[in-house]
Amino acid sequence: MAETLAWRARNLATSLIAPLRGRAPGVWMLRVGLAIVLTVVFMAVFAPFIAPYSPVKRVDRGYLPPSWEHLMGTDNLGRDVFSRIVWGARIILKVVFMASALSMAVGIPLGLVSGYYGGRLDRVLSMVMDSMYAFPALILAIAIAAVLGPSPTNTAIAIAFVYVPTYFRMVRGQTLSLKSQLFVEAARAIGATHRSIMFNYILPNLGHTILVVFSLSVADAILTEAGLSFLGLSVTVPTPDWGYDLRKGQPFFLDGYWWMVFFPGMMVMLLAMGFALIGEALSERLSTAQTR
Amino acid sequence: MARGLGYYIAVRALMIIPTILVLYTIVFILLRMLPGDPILAVAGTKNIPPEQYEELRRLAGLDKHPVVQYFDYLWGMLHGDFGVTLATPRGTPVSRYIWQRFPATLELTIFSFAISVLLGLATGTVAALRRGGMVDAGMRVYSIVAYTLFIPWFGMILQYIFGLQLAWLPTSGRLDPGLTVDRVTGLYVLDSLITRNWDVLKSALAHLVLPSITLGIVLSGAYTRLVRNNMVDVLGQDFIRAYQARGVRGWKVAWYALKNAFIPVVTLMGLQFAILLGGAVLTETTFSWPGMGTFIVDRIEYRDYTSIQGAVVFFALFVGLISLIVDIVYALLDPRVKY
Repeated sequence: MAETLAWRARNLATSLIAPLRGRAPGVWMLRVGLAIVLTVVFMAVFAPFIAPYSPVKRVDRGYLPPSWEHLMGTDNLGRDVFSRIVWGARIILKVVFMASALSMAVGIPLGLVSGYYGGRLDRVLSMVMDSMYAFPALILAIAIAAVLGPSPTNTAIAIAFVYVPTYFRMVRGQTLSLKSQLFVEAARAIGATHRSIMFNYILPNLGHTILVVFSLSVADAILTEAGLSFLGLSVTVPTPDWGYDLRKGQPFFLDGYWWMVFFPGMMVMLLAMGFALIGEALSERLSTAQTR
Repeated sequence: MARGLGYYIAVRALMIIPTILVLYTIVFILLRMLPGDPILAVAGTKNIPPEQYEELRRLAGLDKHPVVQYFDYLWGMLHGDFGVTLATPRGTPVSRYIWQRFPATLELTIFSFAISVLLGLATGTVAALRRGGMVDAGMRVYSIVAYTLFIPWFGMILQYIFGLQLAWLPTSGRLDPGLTVDRVTGLYVLDSLITRNWDVLKSALAHLVLPSITLGIVLSGAYTRLVRNNMVDVLGQDFIRAYQARGVRGWKVAWYALKNAFIPVVTLMGLQFAILLGGAVLTETTFSWPGMGTFIVDRIEYRDYTSIQGAVVFFALFVGLISLIVDIVYALLDPRVKY
């Protein structure tokens, strides 16, 4: 068992690194995407060492434009915008990863069970998930977050609800096509239980698809998180958060103080783009690998 | 086939009912399952007199058994009753707000929708015709960038450039102060056309430009991708070669291909409309657009539970209606769909 695990891990590692080499089309997307995401993760992890000032204290006069002393200027309360951006990376990454882990934990098992067993359960689950999928994600998240009250954990729960159907639909579809394949029949012939077939035989084959869906839905979840905190549903003052800082800077923006709004919004877009590029490149690789 | 389109529409309309019911049920259960007492939240304090607490519970319809609540609300919904507000002004029917504000959202979404589809078709077609080249790569970057634009940020940048620096366009509201228009549909563009009020028409259109371009561009990226990929597929098919062999060239071939590539786009339109409604909340907040989105956001500040519930349930109805329309358009466009 340990050997197969190690083998699997090495397999996954090589298949993750391999796309970075070579000159296949789309490699640039993967490289740029990874560079962006890793930079933001680095920023979040080492925030205390990177940020030159405290993100929550007045450090200079307010409304100062970008300069060498304040790379992204200061906000209306005299706080350093760059320091807030660096610390803000923590909140958005934390919320989005928590949300994705939650939606995977619910969506993947449900999709496996639904696709594997079929029948009435499958029809009911599919119908519920399809309806949720058709509903405006942001509005659903707003309603949930509004009832739960503003806090990063509650935002993560609200976002998690939105992406459960995404994982469910993908896993269910793949399970449907995999369960009639020879290796599943072979497993059944040697007496594997249903649970073992689902989790030991079918699930490992879904790794790459889950990875693609993960990076694409994370890109989307980042925009949702930023949207919720823009609407005041995530953090409260004085926590640094990109979406919330954008909202707080809005009243001053049209008076010409563009830097309070420009930089937080730019970071939201860059991070979302980083994940979207990774997802694009991986899904392209996956589809060419399948047609080959 | 013989049964005709009317039959098809009727069947589809019936099939929408379960979707709406499921959505309503999800919203209903979610709002009641979540922790926290909505009554205390809206009161803003834990020390409210018991009689006031009971009064609020009664207004919210929370005093009855959940099953009774479920059917009461459903029954009211069928009669256009979406409950009453809990926060100030207390006791106003939510349907009155919907009646006032939904046309604004509808107007914004229609214009954004049109812009996103047109932009998507144009960029996708160009990318497919110049497949593999720099233009194709550029359009690909466009679709990713458009998709990942953060709506409030992009909207504010447009406000800054076109509203502040160039001072071409207004940055908030639906009309210049002082102008009014008689309500016929609530869509100002349509109402001003009907009443021949050209000043209002000009002002309404000017106010629509920035918000609908913001939302339209953000949503166009998904179409670019789909149109491009479909066009590439269709352009490789035999009937296109046959046209080309007969000497049909250039944009004419593109037009024939586009007609065939359009059918999957209609399916995407249904899904995109849901995203559009979500994006409208952010767009409305950015541009102080008096629609459903700003209504929900206003009510969140009061933690007005029943208003949020009413608005969300109303959106569920609307999404159901949109998917019905998409089904009908699909049947009209694709002769292969059997009635």
